[in-house]
Amino acid sequence: MTAHALELLEEEPTGGEPVLIGATEDERLTDDLLAPLWSRWPWFKYALGITGLGTLVLVAAVTYTILTGIGLWGNNIPVAWAFAIINFVWWIGIGHAGTFISAILLLFEVRWRTSINRFAEAMTLFAVMQAGLFPILHLGRPWFAYWLVPYPSEMDVWPQFRSSLPWDVVAVTTYFTVSLLFWYSGLLPDLAAARDRAPTLARRRAYGIAALGWRGEASHWRHYRMAYLVLGGLATPLVLSVHTCVSFDFSIAQLPGWHSTIFPPYFVAGAIYSGFAMVLQLLVPVRRIFRLEKVITKNHLDNMGKMLLVTGWIVTYTYAVEPFIAWYGGNTYEEYALLVDRPFGAYAWVFWSVIFCNCLSIQVLWSRRLRSSAWTLFAVACLVQVGMWLERFMLIVGSLHRDFLPSSWRIYVPSWVDLTILAGTVSFFLFLFLLFLRFVPFIAISEIKEMRHEMAKVRQREGALGVVRLPATERHA
Amino acid sequence: MRSGVVAEFDSADALERAYERLRDVGYTRLEAWSPYAVKGIVKRLPPSFVPWLMLLAGLAGGALGYLVQWWCNGINFPIDVGGRPLHSAPAFIPITFESAVLASSVTGFFVMLGLCGLPRLHHPVFEVDGFERASVDRFWIGVDDADPRFDADLPEQLASMGALRCARLPGGGR
Repeated sequence: MTAHALELLEEEPTGGEPVLIGATEDERLTDDLLAPLWSRWPWFKYALGITGLGTLVLVAAVTYTILTGIGLWGNNIPVAWAFAIINFVWWIGIGHAGTFISAILLLFEVRWRTSINRFAEAMTLFAVMQAGLFPILHLGRPWFAYWLVPYPSEMDVWPQFRSSLPWDVVAVTTYFTVSLLFWYSGLLPDLAAARDRAPTLARRRAYGIAALGWRGEASHWRHYRMAYLVLGGLATPLVLSVHTCVSFDFSIAQLPGWHSTIFPPYFVAGAIYSGFAMVLQLLVPVRRIFRLEKVITKNHLDNMGKMLLVTGWIVTYTYAVEPFIAWYGGNTYEEYALLVDRPFGAYAWVFWSVIFCNCLSIQVLWSRRLRSSAWTLFAVACLVQVGMWLERFMLIVGSLHRDFLPSSWRIYVPSWVDLTILAGTVSFFLFLFLLFLRFVPFIAISEIKEMRHEMAKVRQREGALGVVRLPATERHA
Repeated sequence: MRSGVVAEFDSADALERAYERLRDVGYTRLEAWSPYAVKGIVKRLPPSFVPWLMLLAGLAGGALGYLVQWWCNGINFPIDVGGRPLHSAPAFIPITFESAVLASSVTGFFVMLGLCGLPRLHHPVFEVDGFERASVDRFWIGVDDADPRFDADLPEQLASMGALRCARLPGGGR
């Protein structure tokens, strides 16, 4: 973004830090936010090249797995789930923040959502794509994945719907579809703006087709706004239900460490926690590279920091309740799993790393100064991301490797194929995200203009009432 | 709206005022174009019935999801797991809920597009000079020439309301 038009500080009408600074004209705002689409990015081809290479490695590792079988992985009996399910839960958890920011904060009319929702929604889509890969591969014979769908087959059998596997299939595909529709509907007005500002005919055509001919008629807005709002209303319980279904994979089993009623809220909180961390991990560099400090302000960072702190504390609370219930319930196996094996067993280092990353590292966010420092947030977010991956390792491998009979206890070590696939999905995710940044307006321009308009109206009304506001800088001095 | 007069305004407030004045004078076939939803105008239009269709689709989708599970696992190919009831409602809830949300969302999206008449890549109004800013920072109003109140001095009226420019739709001779 360019540096001019900074004379005016736009403030939250309700007080607090601004959610949008400067850029007083809609035209300049639109052009500034569309500029990344038309400008040259010298670093882009390198970044795309590296992540593209990583994606090819992923394709190779997946092909190798499919051709040979999942014996290539480190899985064993009793640790039959391991990396595939850890990565699945981790990625799908990351995907939750997008819809949370878009839908739940939309319903609560939270203003700071507007600058980051598009971004977070795209992240959701790409994360769910990574997540979907793992259960399919984990089937062992992925070419039979369609057996999970009820279709009239010549074998005359149907899927077992009382199992959590078909629940997952329906939950994840529904989540992906709804997120995609929600994201695309939100994009329409901005694709139309890109069409109308495109410098070349080819781009004009491409964005014109993508915008489906959006004209912004009042009669369009009438249906559009309602559909968008109701989609948001549907996505809200959907977000909560998807990770609930994922947690059912564990909690409906009999295994100590899994069989617990706290799992659905525990998983949902953890999912939103890691999702917010991922939003920050992507947001901080993008904000710096494209100089978006006026659209993604300190207020956004501050709020994201607070969300991280809140969800982090919910997760911390569940870490405390789990062993308490194990002790209070008096089940020998649960007591062993949660009070002895988890903190002091073979994978104790995982447990203590989880405590450090997920519970201790976020405590720096109590400080307002650190919370609004972009790079502190970035560092904390990275720790949380690692911590959340390890948490799933702790839950899955940690609970499985000590079976009921000591004769079947085994240690799990991932193979190089496991590690390659995990790294490959990270590459693929970043690859998709780079393409998104390059070709799609990644800030919801139309919504920002609407918010500006509404804020100006509120200020006008306050002006008429004689309310005087100090600029943010003076207030905090 | 395919033919009539369109006029450009430079702010949402100016558009809203013009729209209300034309309404008050008695025009009924009005259209407005804006880069974002102008609440004052959207509120004057009849409420969208998209939510009702979404509700219906959601109920139908949920019912279908439930029936499929009940019929497959309980009737057509009963699977007895430890003597538990074949019609095990609690286990059918997750899929029922997800199918309801899926059906409702897909319906909402496509019905919304259908009611907007999209996709439609070209429209006569795109021919108007300067209309490309309707998605950026300009606000346009249109009066259909099928409007019973439509008269020839409309451009002057619009200009007196602060219109930056007026144009005929479809653009003459092009």
